Amino acid sequence: MTPRRIGWAGVALGVLAWFIALPPLLVRTPVPSLVIAVAAIGAGVWALRCGAKRLGWGAIAVGVVGAVGAVASTRSGVTNLEDVVVWSALIAAMLRFATPLTFAALGGIVSERSGVVNIGLEGMMLMGAFFGIYGADLTGSWLLGLLIGMGAGGALGLVHAAFSIHLRADQIVSGTAINLLALGITGYVFLSHYGAEGTSDDVPRAPDVTLPLISDVAFIGPAIGRANLLTWMALIGVAGLAVFLFKTPRGLRLRAVGESPRAAATVGVSVIRTRYLAVVTSGVLAAMGGAYLSIGFLGSFNQEMTAGRGFIALAAVIFGNWRPGGALAAALLFGFSSALAQRLPAFSESTATLFQALPYVLTLIAVAGVIGRSRPPAAVGQPYVKE
Amino acid sequence: MSDERGPEPPAGPALSADAALDGAPATPAARLAAYVRAGGAIVPVLTALLAFLAGGLVLLVTGHDPIGTYRAILDGTGLSWVLPWTSGDDRTTAALNLQQTLIITTPLILTGLAVAFAFRAGLFNIGGQGQYLIGSFVAVWVGSSLPTLPGVVHIVLAVVLGALAGGAWAAIAGVLKATVGANEVISTIMLNYIAIWIGAFLFGLGGPLQSNTQLSVPVSNDVVETAKLPVFWGDPQLQGLHVGLFIALAALIVFWVILNRSTTGYEVRAVGLNPEAARYGGMNVGRNYVLVMALCGLFAGLAGAVDVLGWQFRIATNDIPASKIGFLGIAVALLGRNTAVGTLAAALLFGALVSGTSQRNLDPAVFEPELASNLTFIIQGLVVLVVSAEVLVLALLRAGRRLVPWRSRSSP
Repeated sequence: MTPRRIGWAGVALGVLAWFIALPPLLVRTPVPSLVIAVAAIGAGVWALRCGAKRLGWGAIAVGVVGAVGAVASTRSGVTNLEDVVVWSALIAAMLRFATPLTFAALGGIVSERSGVVNIGLEGMMLMGAFFGIYGADLTGSWLLGLLIGMGAGGALGLVHAAFSIHLRADQIVSGTAINLLALGITGYVFLSHYGAEGTSDDVPRAPDVTLPLISDVAFIGPAIGRANLLTWMALIGVAGLAVFLFKTPRGLRLRAVGESPRAAATVGVSVIRTRYLAVVTSGVLAAMGGAYLSIGFLGSFNQEMTAGRGFIALAAVIFGNWRPGGALAAALLFGFSSALAQRLPAFSESTATLFQALPYVLTLIAVAGVIGRSRPPAAVGQPYVKE
Repeated sequence: MSDERGPEPPAGPALSADAALDGAPATPAARLAAYVRAGGAIVPVLTALLAFLAGGLVLLVTGHDPIGTYRAILDGTGLSWVLPWTSGDDRTTAALNLQQTLIITTPLILTGLAVAFAFRAGLFNIGGQGQYLIGSFVAVWVGSSLPTLPGVVHIVLAVVLGALAGGAWAAIAGVLKATVGANEVISTIMLNYIAIWIGAFLFGLGGPLQSNTQLSVPVSNDVVETAKLPVFWGDPQLQGLHVGLFIALAALIVFWVILNRSTTGYEVRAVGLNPEAARYGGMNVGRNYVLVMALCGLFAGLAGAVDVLGWQFRIATNDIPASKIGFLGIAVALLGRNTAVGTLAAALLFGALVSGTSQRNLDPAVFEPELASNLTFIIQGLVVLVVSAEVLVLALLRAGRRLVPWRSRSSP
């Protein structure tokens, strides 16, 4: 048994402690949950002493949360619980919330792995959201709309790239400018084209994928059987980017440029070209996340509709330690907390609201390094000057 | 005083544009701070002109009359009030509009200072928005409770507690930076959104500070009459100009004095230019980070308190995520070159731009106010974008110098 395995077992036990107190199992006494939670905390402490710091603390935290949650669940009414905790619906909602975050987080990873900070993700998402639906409306095809949105995001990425790479602008300031510009451009074109009425209802949308055999199976069907096409594309994107970054020579070069541009340049990698490609790709990916909001999920656009999702995506990048799989896990976690917040009002409106702050608090804890420091690429944020 | 610590660091106007480029400053924020302070007032003026030109181009391309639109926006700012030949009804309208402009300029000065002070210490404070919000939450809470308190005491208490709350909120990022080295950009962004959701929680339906009288509306209690900041120009019923403006102006002076005439300010600038050298010189860099962030938060929290006690009087949860005053502080500080005078000028410019394009002030017959406020975002974005690119503006400046032979390079 490695310490990591013990840590993961602890996390699993902590989840299980709460799970058995919820529908469908609904154990109505807290004792079994507490026993399992104590085991989870014990596993966490063990992992901690064997050196798996992050996982150890994680398991302890999950154990404590599981115990508290289980006790709270056993004390609240069964009907309330059954209203809130419908696992298949929660998972479907989690995927819906996680999709835009995942796309944008992938964009953030590509850009930051190449050494360019991208806090303009929010703006690039917004471009994708508006120009995606605008394009779909004009061309009558969601696919062309998606491509137009991706192009708009990529164009903004190009601006960010030109300023932060060629003109050696401060990347944070340039990103801030990107966000303001996107807000202004999308708002301006939206209002001057659609006015107060907003986008029409019959804009073509990206289709949902009905999985043949699975969609009728109980539980799994409602959960993943009818997810949007873009959700699947995001999941494929995660796997694709992970393979690209860690298994291909080009991915290695991209990471080298972000860790030590001078060394990469010495062995013949073009730092400038790599960063340009990475930042433009970042804009395209973030725009896909934005386009999911408008032409995948809602079928409409309103000003500032991304509402800070670009920054949650940034949080997912950091929380996931600049790895696609980690970012996906973070996006799913953040998506789940949003999904839960959406259903919690059955209990208490204000508690549900506080839940929405969870991604930001977790990220703050992650950058603080209490549970193992998140480590960014070494050269991130530094302009590259050729010698 | 600073004399005991050897020569002054090369800050201020003495730093030439070229020195900023070849840059000794060690942190990115300090590099930027040094750059934006180089080149005198010409760079920011050029920057703003460029942005307005590009904005005009947007208007032209989308089939509007740029000159007429800018004219209407200028009328909306009320700046014509200062011209002695404005008279009669025009003067009355201009006065009303100028009051609006200055009401927005007030918090912009303060949030601008919150960003500028951090820049001078080599820190990036993206968290002005969150600090502003926390300040306004505390101010509205204090201002709407304790109705028996005498007016002056009540106002002072609400303002001071609001400012302190903002300072404490920002200090979280400072402490994280000083103790575990957490990047302040990330932590302040996260703190912004945490503040937004705290606000939604506090004043939302069923929240602890939600209105006692309007149970179905997600809004705070109103600030009591005696806790409102006095209006010194215009009609209090028509949102006249409140004394918060003087608080902001005083803050400008405090900012200048701390930075230029105190040991703390010397240390702040030294840490900003090169933290390693400052540490070697015996300064406590970590303590400086906490102190700087706390002071930044104090300024931003003050902005929130002044806004709530001066003209908003209540907080509705819908307005919390829509508020942009704290974010605009970044643009104000960058355009104002992180100096006191520059911040004042930039705050006035952006204040005028915001109020000139507002629903209330812009003539809808000329240009739709909602469209105009998006134009404002474009112009602000362009300003920040151009400011970010030191090379671009300095190259423009150099080209300009070459074109003007009698004003050849004055600095080495």
